[in-house]
Amino acid sequence: MLNCYLKGQQEHERPEFIPYAHLRIRTKQKVTVEVLDHLEHLALVDFRDSEGVERLQKAIQFADQLHEVNTDGVEPMDSVLEDRCLYLREDDVTEGNCTEELLKNAREKVEEYFVAPPGNIPLPKLEERETFLKGS
Amino acid sequence: QRCLSLIKSTKFLNAYITVAEETALKQAEESEKRYKRGQPLGVLDGIPIAVKDNFNTAGIETTCASNMLKGYISPYNATVVQKLLDQGAVLLGKTNLDEFAMGSGSTDGVFGPVRNPWSYSRQYKEKSVPKSHSEDKDSNWVITGGSSGGSAAAVSSFTCFAALGSDTGGSTRNPAAHCGVVGLKPTYGLISRHGLIPLVNSMDVPGILTRCVDDAAVVLGSLAGHDPKDSTTIQDNFKPFELSDLTDVSKLSIGIPKEYHAPGLSSEILALWSKAADLFKNAGAKVIEVSLPHTRYSIVCYHVLCTAEVASNMARFDGLEYGHRSDMNKSTESMYAATRREGFNDVVRGRILSGNYFLLKQNYENYFIKAQKVRRLIANDFVKVFGSGVDILLTPTTLSDAIPYMEFIKEDNRTRSAQDDILTQAANMAGLPAINVPTALSERGLPVGLQFIGRSFQEKQLLTVAKWFEKQVKFPMIQLDEVKRHDHGVFQHQKSASFLEHRT
Repeated sequence: MLNCYLKGQQEHERPEFIPYAHLRIRTKQKVTVEVLDHLEHLALVDFRDSEGVERLQKAIQFADQLHEVNTDGVEPMDSVLEDRCLYLREDDVTEGNCTEELLKNAREKVEEYFVAPPGNIPLPKLEERETFLKGS
Repeated sequence: QRCLSLIKSTKFLNAYITVAEETALKQAEESEKRYKRGQPLGVLDGIPIAVKDNFNTAGIETTCASNMLKGYISPYNATVVQKLLDQGAVLLGKTNLDEFAMGSGSTDGVFGPVRNPWSYSRQYKEKSVPKSHSEDKDSNWVITGGSSGGSAAAVSSFTCFAALGSDTGGSTRNPAAHCGVVGLKPTYGLISRHGLIPLVNSMDVPGILTRCVDDAAVVLGSLAGHDPKDSTTIQDNFKPFELSDLTDVSKLSIGIPKEYHAPGLSSEILALWSKAADLFKNAGAKVIEVSLPHTRYSIVCYHVLCTAEVASNMARFDGLEYGHRSDMNKSTESMYAATRREGFNDVVRGRILSGNYFLLKQNYENYFIKAQKVRRLIANDFVKVFGSGVDILLTPTTLSDAIPYMEFIKEDNRTRSAQDDILTQAANMAGLPAINVPTALSERGLPVGLQFIGRSFQEKQLLTVAKWFEKQVKFPMIQLDEVKRHDHGVFQHQKSASFLEHRT
């Protein structure tokens, strides 16, 4: 299972931990089509082909290694600066009035508005969409 | 001007995405005028610098090497860019990177991969075995490492004196090691991230790439400090410092974390690591082996946290206000979906989807929260080690020297990142400062670097030790034919003294 990169390496003595231990963990369930469809909806990005789905599977398998660690009684850490107070400035307007500059980058605009296509129309369901997942 | 023409002649390296010729020349002219008047703006006045393409620069295209932002001209300057310009530095252009700074080879951007200038150096050419006559001589080039590969290649090939990169999982130190330059990752919260297109908000920092440690200290001095526009910068006063020469190493305690002897570490680097440890021991420092037991999980933890934050940060790219916009017009959602599928490459899309998976309600506890807990364990490891009296940790930066591009692309981006980031990642998890110092040339004639990790906000100590080490190892200069052809005047910048004294 070692890839060609590692094969090309010279012998190394006594590394501290076993590589690719995660390949020995069998993920309990395969990701279902419903979940994949849900993800596509949430992310508004598509899988495009089986490689994309494979990638997700491998990513999940890789992340499963986390379950080996005992984290009883450990608080999750959001930020390394958690013991400091973040700086909050006064709620005064100090800059702005750059409408023209900001609008320059948008492709479709009318006067001072960004133009979007009609909203509140959900993405077509799986069967009607053009997506790789239809086949799986 | 010499730098600009050098950039043109090294175009095959693909290090720059945008070269801002006219503005650079104008800035240089103004700087000359200031010097003639005797009023330079600061130490950096007139020094040519390059900036990685995920920093916003007013008036210059900022793309992050992605189709999503092609043609995007930012209306504002990132704080760090503004600080450099205020000091009078000359911005030469924007450098190439992996798409959105995701990757460890600088090979996945839409503008193509960046070539390591050392592939064309005499040292590498002498050592590489010619394969066959018919084979294209050009195919042997090696990668720069990522994701700030363009910046590292630019500094290493003498097209600029310093460059900005970004460091989320090693993205500054990895290419620095492969290109033989100094790569500094400051403490999280020291330098402002305003204007840096974010990847992982809790681990990103702007990184500094230079040819010697003194230069890095100078650049750090002008960039660090509180920024009201970035509330994650600390409010303590930062005093820019000058590095003194360390003469007495005996009060130092150097830690060698044994878990950094990772699988896949080449025997060359292992030997180099031991030699460096001996160097310190012989100079009188205390060298002890320490343990950071959760190192092996840092890459998994990074994987989960990074993809989760990426999924969130990339949500802003919907084509409405800026960037690429698809022609699909049926509904907002379908327009967003089409824009994003056209604008992002496989790597980015893969990470967004994985990130969304880990953030699903059913998975949140198991993956995201768990990863945050593991992050605390990793940070605590470091606190424990530093609390026991160790001042600096000495570790390798990469598993091996730069590998040929043809080898690198055999595995996909995620696998490569997982392999290459293993040694640099933990410092990002814990927000600690780290620096890569080029140490020696490998058997193939390519540079290899070692990494020093310091205590939070103790950059002065870290850089002082790094400078001492740099002096001891005397890393050889790259011998590029293109550079030799140019006037050697490019080294004699009549400006700041510290930029002068580095090997001419």
